[in-house]
Amino acid sequence: MREISVKEIISKVKDLCIDANYNLGEDVEKALKEGFQKEESPTSKETLNQIIENVQISKQGEFPLCQDTGFAVVFVDLGDQVFVKDGNLFDAINEGVRQGYKEGYLRKSILGDPIERKNTGDNTPAVIHMNVVKGDKLKIIVAPKGGGSENMSEVKMMKPSDGVEGVKEFVIDMVRRSGSNPCPPIIVGVGIGGTFEKCAEMAKRALLRPVGDRNPNSFYAKLEEELLEKVNKLGIGPQGFGGRVTALDVHVETFPCHIASFPAAVNIQCHASRHKEAVI
Amino acid sequence: MPAKKINTPLTDQVVESLRAGDNVLITGEIYTARDAAHKRMVEMLDRGEKLPFDLTGQLIYYVGPSPARPGKVIGSAGPTTSGRMNKYAPRILQAGSKGMIGKGEMGAAVAEALKKYKGVYFAAVGGAAALIAKSIIANDLVAWEELGAEAIRKYKVKDFPAIVVQDCHGGNLYQEGVKKYQRA
Repeated sequence: MREISVKEIISKVKDLCIDANYNLGEDVEKALKEGFQKEESPTSKETLNQIIENVQISKQGEFPLCQDTGFAVVFVDLGDQVFVKDGNLFDAINEGVRQGYKEGYLRKSILGDPIERKNTGDNTPAVIHMNVVKGDKLKIIVAPKGGGSENMSEVKMMKPSDGVEGVKEFVIDMVRRSGSNPCPPIIVGVGIGGTFEKCAEMAKRALLRPVGDRNPNSFYAKLEEELLEKVNKLGIGPQGFGGRVTALDVHVETFPCHIASFPAAVNIQCHASRHKEAVI
Repeated sequence: MPAKKINTPLTDQVVESLRAGDNVLITGEIYTARDAAHKRMVEMLDRGEKLPFDLTGQLIYYVGPSPARPGKVIGSAGPTTSGRMNKYAPRILQAGSKGMIGKGEMGAAVAEALKKYKGVYFAAVGGAAALIAKSIIANDLVAWEELGAEAIRKYKVKDFPAIVVQDCHGGNLYQEGVKKYQRA
């Protein structure tokens, strides 16, 4: 067994929270710049220009990309040869989030109870998804998720007879209905198969893939390309002002499925697609 | 497309000159208010009471910024979704405000009120919050500190970047823009 101290985990999570909120991934930045070249609407071109300039300002480390610094969604791959010492892994992640949001001057947006709606004051708890994998490493991805785009998401328990055409219709309709709300240009995460909750989690995990990355299965890779093309024909454009660049990418993830079921999920991500990872 | 420079408080003449799709740079003072402050303002107006600041010609910015670093006026300060204020915005326009800054389309009743009271709705670019913060040069509490992040504040802005999305002539960039660029 390899021992990893919670101290190291806290410090890594803290750094990832700050890094994710100030430094947009190069893949997204590149896609925004390509979008600027492609965009035909003058208003939307100016909009993309402001978004790209915003990325540069944020990198200087004084102002986060967006004031909505998100719910801290944390994905963990825990090696089966790892022993977490001096404390509990989930407590350490939450402590890292607490410290990161304080030291990074990030907005605290989490309410302790959905009905009572009182702020927890430190942006905890995080939403944690954990897998156990082979090996002696601990991989942590911090993906702060803003409220505006998260609200434009859905799971649909479709009928098996709906087939792939049903999925396409669902995804396109979801993007159309979302309009300007999720702050386009967006990235669309799609989950197909599994159970109700598995499908939703896949849609979220799909957002972690780099922009431009294709599903290794050629059928789904083609589906991603077709969906991207169709979404960009909707004309929604950056911020919903009308234009060509509605989405930067569409990512599809799949899982085996029950004979009676055909779930699909759409999770929309705004252009501030924030996720950073570390391996300990 | 060069941006139009405008100053607050806005006059009817300036409002009438603005068309959906125009880029603008706003200089002057703007007031912040979100859901809770709107509820309170409308309740006061309905009771015939005087608001803690003069709305005449002013713009309301829908915003909930990130914390300011030491020595900074404000943190990142992009717009929040305007649709949540659909219920209140017509009353605020009736009381003399000349418009609002937010993101996302506002409802039919707001569009009517913009025509009737000569107002204008600007979008700031959602997620351009660091860029927007650079145009905010002062930030003062006006009223209702107890509302915390939802208190009314006054920002002094210089060349605050925004886009006219719904004008006083019925123009609506969200509808017209999408229609123009959608393909079958």
